[in-house]
Amino acid sequence: MTGELEGPAPEKRQVPQGRRNAQGIRIDPEVEAEREPRRTAISALVKHEPGVLAEASGLFSRRQFNIESLSVGPTEDPERARITIVVEEPDPGIEQAKKQLRKLISVISVTELPADAMRRELALIKVNATRPDQVAAVADMYDGTTVDASTETATIEITGSRQKIDAAVETFRQFGIREVSRTGLTALARDTEDTAAETPAEAQFDEPQTTPPEPTADDD
Amino acid sequence: MSERATPITRTEPRDEASEEPTDDTAPVTSGAEAVVRALENAGVEYAFGVQGGAIMPVYDALYDSDITHVTMAHEQGASHAADAYGIVAGEPGVCLATSGPGATNLVTGIADADMDSDPMLALTGQVPTDFVGNDAFQETDTTGVTKPITKNNTFASGPDTVGTDVSEAFALAAEGRPGPTLVDLPKDVTNGETDREPPEPRVPDTYDYQVEADEEILEAAAGRIEESNRPVMLLGGGVIKADATEQCREFAIEHEIPVITTMPGLGAFPEDHELSLEMAGMHGTGYANMAISMCDTLLGVGTRFDDRLTGGIPTFAPDAEVIHVDIDPAEVSKNIHADYPLVGDAGAVIEQLSEAVGSSPKATKWRAQCQQWKSEYPMEYKAPEDDPVKPQFIVEALDEATSDEAIVTTGVGQHQMWACQYWTYTEPRTWISSHGLGTMGYGVPAAIGARLAADDDQEIICIDGDGSFLMTMQELSVAVRENMDITFVVLNNEYIGMVRQWQDAFFEGRHAASEYNWMPEFDKLAEAFGAKGFRVDDYEDVSEAIDGALAYDGPAVIDAHIDPRENVYPMVPSGGDNSQFALSEDQL
Repeated sequence: MTGELEGPAPEKRQVPQGRRNAQGIRIDPEVEAEREPRRTAISALVKHEPGVLAEASGLFSRRQFNIESLSVGPTEDPERARITIVVEEPDPGIEQAKKQLRKLISVISVTELPADAMRRELALIKVNATRPDQVAAVADMYDGTTVDASTETATIEITGSRQKIDAAVETFRQFGIREVSRTGLTALARDTEDTAAETPAEAQFDEPQTTPPEPTADDD
Repeated sequence: MSERATPITRTEPRDEASEEPTDDTAPVTSGAEAVVRALENAGVEYAFGVQGGAIMPVYDALYDSDITHVTMAHEQGASHAADAYGIVAGEPGVCLATSGPGATNLVTGIADADMDSDPMLALTGQVPTDFVGNDAFQETDTTGVTKPITKNNTFASGPDTVGTDVSEAFALAAEGRPGPTLVDLPKDVTNGETDREPPEPRVPDTYDYQVEADEEILEAAAGRIEESNRPVMLLGGGVIKADATEQCREFAIEHEIPVITTMPGLGAFPEDHELSLEMAGMHGTGYANMAISMCDTLLGVGTRFDDRLTGGIPTFAPDAEVIHVDIDPAEVSKNIHADYPLVGDAGAVIEQLSEAVGSSPKATKWRAQCQQWKSEYPMEYKAPEDDPVKPQFIVEALDEATSDEAIVTTGVGQHQMWACQYWTYTEPRTWISSHGLGTMGYGVPAAIGARLAADDDQEIICIDGDGSFLMTMQELSVAVRENMDITFVVLNNEYIGMVRQWQDAFFEGRHAASEYNWMPEFDKLAEAFGAKGFRVDDYEDVSEAIDGALAYDGPAVIDAHIDPRENVYPMVPSGGDNSQFALSEDQL
């Protein structure tokens, strides 16, 4: 084949000294510092209209953001809904997820929840009712409520942090779990702080974080 | 050549003299009329499309409108024509199609516009609302299909609001970072009664964008520019879309900063200026790739640091602090970390920077180094007399035979790269190509859209490949029917040439499904369509064919048989190091 051009060959050229990591951040070649993923909750206030949930979830799968749960429901304003998404990503990925989510026209505002935000999940756990007293005792231990009982099964409702529900499910395993249904996390900021306020212009721009914030601890 | 043919729409024959004046104040009576009124309010002059069952009410309303509809041969052509129209005009191009296959045929063009941030509005017919979800005849979930490839799309919910839907979609396509929008129009909505006039185009309340960059980061960025010794400006397509070409040129020239463009950025800076290093990336010039690799400060404006530009992330401008100007915060630090993120409009932010930068960088040695790279890595191709015609020669000859304002459209592949490398771009909106999506077949319909948006004295040159031309050449019928003055040049090597080049480099020369070894005679096909055909076999045919095609008042096709062995260099393999570009196959 033809088409070759003149000039010094690759090995005879100047070469730059630096390198970047996979996230495009310049690094010291001696210390290949890849960012560790962290888990965080993102809250989005959206227009309450058909297709919003599909749009948000489609965005996350299309851009390969790792999501753990996604919950949605109406708010105090009938025209607004709130989506709470738990993502597990290195910091640049979390920033990118927030920016991409904010770009959707039906999204009004996006916030990453602070570490002290209230986070709750609800689970329904259906177990075999062969030992009803012990089932009730375990439900009590986790502040659970028995919402359905028959001669064969008991269904317990547990509300709390992810860890608490994980622990409850583990403990109920001794009775034989038939089915579990969990809602995924929903959350609000504490006190007078707004969870995801209507401030489109300001919410759009976040300077990329150079140091990861403290790991977020679930409360309870 | 200089006279543009007046487009005639066969579907709505019209005698200018006897035509009744359109009464813009006549109240709308149906959803379809509200759709058309919204387009008229937005100043739409042309729409590209294909008729069909579910979109018929809209076409019926168009019948009485001053908007000129151009019937295309295929809906893909309509979307590419609208896309190119939008690039040249700087306002959304409009395309229409019916439901089902009409809408899915638009998809490639919508995705293309999305990748290149081109302003475009697509209107699709849909089965009546009661039938939606029942797999009715020609039903496709169009909003579902196009959600990931539009800036926004809307399912029109009623005749009273459909005008607003279209007005908002038009405004949204153009404002901020441009992109394609779509409104899906169920037939009962367009047929439905309404007297609701659509509002003036206005973006939805939830849409907002930042114009001026954060002052604190801006001051820091200005300081970085002042202190740099090896600065480079990288101008992307966003510079052209933001009409920020002048501001960027002034800034670069005042501070004597070498300028590189991305492929969509071609025309943002005059390539004949001594500060220009032309295009960087996979098939960029050697000097641009050396400069982008060795710079200490990279001022990227309106670029999304695409992988065809960056090559491998670890080796991209690894010594550079990056100042990134972009209107879309989601592009900042997406691929390349921005040390100085400047979110805002390209023109506004460069003006801010102009005020903030007090002294020019001390970069005399750096500029001399860039000039040295220019002499070390010349783009001079070899053209032995006994070889077949080199494609680079044809591109240069076309450039010389046309004005600086001539518009080039292309398909995708080797011919596109030669059109990048060997045409000297000096003006914005003169380079129209499929960059991000890489859509073969883009060139012919794009030339049609560009023709209608361009000034009469701007030549439209479609530089195409044989493979690309074969994909959409049916749109020649439109160029002939509308008597459009366009010169199509097929750089014909009877190969999917770029694939062949990769097979030579990475697949041991096994030419799987890349060899045609036969092509129809495009000059004769052109004549069959009613266009003028020319054929080039030797160097002596070149100027005669070009002069003849340019002089012909109407569409002309030059079937240029080029050296089939010619490959494109320099070349950075996918994911490679820009500074290690290959100048020949043995360097890959």
